[in-house]
Amino acid sequence: MKAFIDPILVVVLLLNFVALGASRLRTLIQAVALQGILLGVLIVLAHGSFLVWVLLMAVATMALKGVVIPRMLFHAVREVVIRREVEPIVGFVASLFLGAVGTALAVLFANTLPIAHEHAASLVVPAALSTVLTGFLILTTRSKAITQVVGYLILENGVFIFGLLLMEALPFMVELGVLLDLFVAIFVMGIIIHKISREFSSVSTHMLSELKE
Amino acid sequence: MAFLLIIVPLIFAVLALAAPSNRWRPLLVPAGGVAHFILTGFALTGGPVTALQGWLVLDPLGKIVLGLVSVLFVVCAFYAPAYLALRPDRQNRVFCTCLLGMLGMMTLVVLSHHLGLMWVAIEATTLSTAPLLFFNHSSRSLEATWKYLLIGSVGIALALLGSFFLAYSSVHEGLAPTLLLDDLVKLAPQLSRPWLHAAFVLLLVGYGTKMGLAPMHTWKPDAYGEAPGLVGALLAGGATSCAFLAILRFYQICQAAPEAAFAREILVFIGLLSMAVAAVFMIRQRDFKRMLAYSSVEHMGILALGIGLGGLATFGALLHLITNGVTKGVLFLSAGNIHRAYDSKLTDDVRGAIRRLPASGVLFLAGFLVVTGSPPGGPFISEFTILTGAVTGGHFAVAAFYLVLLAIIFIGMGTTVLRVVQGVPSAQASATPYRDRPQLVIPILVFMSLSIMLGLYIPHPLSRMLHEAAAYLEVRP
Repeated sequence: MKAFIDPILVVVLLLNFVALGASRLRTLIQAVALQGILLGVLIVLAHGSFLVWVLLMAVATMALKGVVIPRMLFHAVREVVIRREVEPIVGFVASLFLGAVGTALAVLFANTLPIAHEHAASLVVPAALSTVLTGFLILTTRSKAITQVVGYLILENGVFIFGLLLMEALPFMVELGVLLDLFVAIFVMGIIIHKISREFSSVSTHMLSELKE
Repeated sequence: MAFLLIIVPLIFAVLALAAPSNRWRPLLVPAGGVAHFILTGFALTGGPVTALQGWLVLDPLGKIVLGLVSVLFVVCAFYAPAYLALRPDRQNRVFCTCLLGMLGMMTLVVLSHHLGLMWVAIEATTLSTAPLLFFNHSSRSLEATWKYLLIGSVGIALALLGSFFLAYSSVHEGLAPTLLLDDLVKLAPQLSRPWLHAAFVLLLVGYGTKMGLAPMHTWKPDAYGEAPGLVGALLAGGATSCAFLAILRFYQICQAAPEAAFAREILVFIGLLSMAVAAVFMIRQRDFKRMLAYSSVEHMGILALGIGLGGLATFGALLHLITNGVTKGVLFLSAGNIHRAYDSKLTDDVRGAIRRLPASGVLFLAGFLVVTGSPPGGPFISEFTILTGAVTGGHFAVAAFYLVLLAIIFIGMGTTVLRVVQGVPSAQASATPYRDRPQLVIPILVFMSLSIMLGLYIPHPLSRMLHEAAAYLEVRP
């Protein structure tokens, strides 16, 4: 089953580029949702068995990252009636270019780290690092509050991919705790986005620039 | 015992959530604080506290942070009902619940010896404090909460990646992967070096964001500037101390590796950088609550510096954790009172605080003198110990930098503080009905006396705890 891991990671990497190039919020959220579902599949493949807790973990991941959180984001998009779509501070072509450079750097950096030889040929480490970088890029170069949340989600997905190497080290409870924290974080962010839209009648973080030196 | 310490505050949090009366609900906060304080007393004096097969352990380092968090919370808790009574128009259900929830989560951070569980607890602390920052429901507090939540969450996500790297450093060497602190300290010499280094850097950036070390401190002035003084005190003395404890856990693993030299260089650098950034932004600062935030950045820098220098400075840093925590209580609570009285936190409007508010004004001034290291305050002793550690360790350049930065900060902070306390209050400033009252001043006096006491005399049990903690931190397998 491990043979399927790399092709799926390639899809995850491609989704990063979809997210970077997306000009519509809807596409962006759909890309993240698909990434979330693939992560659930990866859990089962990485563990290579169908134990109850593995399946439970996979289902919880898919449900949360692939369904619940994207639905919350779609709801937020409708709720605050976003008129303009993704507002990039850095243009789409430039973002894609930066994403490509980031992925190349991730591969290079992953090569300098010593990988245990059962993982040597796999894409896990470069995919994880490149997804973290993509998340960071979206987080810093898009001005809407919702897009920043999506960036945070992608970053968190990257960390999660790295976690695949450590399925045994991370007890079930802790993984659930991590998922729960993520959920609550997005939930609280959702509430704040709602308040931002009511306060400023816009969800652009350009409005959030009163506090500075 | 370990479970009780965590669950009791959470039970009070649930009670606060369920309590119907906006008027009586705040009394649950001191009740929860006292219960936690009593339990902490038993935990610190009694036998070893462990639970869940080594997942929850109260070690000597944890004892210090637990004691600090508990004292800080219980004193702040007595301030809370009087503060909330000043704002009868505001619903305080979420506020009281989150305050108590934050106490439970900070206790979990202190007790957890499983790095994954600790991560979950630190993220939960961030989440439970976000609604506290939003208490004023203004557009400015909205902005501060957003930045706090987003920057904090991203930082903590990097810390999770760092924890994973650390676990992988054992997989790479063919050992069973683990995130239990005690196992990692035992295995430390065998861990893969490149992964260990990468993990330490990520963890320092991640938990350093939560602690507010420069250059990851950008959320701090906004959050402390907009939060109620009480929340500022708990964040600056409690939550940041928990994040510091998390960094110390990883430092301990590096120490056992033994790769301490690598970790120390980074800590010294980032410590001095934080102090320098704080010094730059404190000069000509017009907003006295933002000034306190930069003071917090400075003191987090001093903590990192002390650990980085090692030896005697380690003891100094641990003492500084306590003295800084209680002194921050004085500053944030008195600044909160002044803010209430003038309905402004800019030095353009706030003048003559000593005349307008004799008690809070004098305590604010005294708090400034103590926190910048004037004798006989507690921070004087701890900052001096760190200096002695630097000089005896032969780090003369670091010692010189440290002294120059402390002097610049003293002058910069002094200018703002003196503008606030001196002069004659304008007629407009007397317009608010706020007057100092015992419930709002006695907690500050308690913090002040604790701080002065630590400067004059460190009680024997505390000094033993500090020595044990310093020895525990420097332990080698």
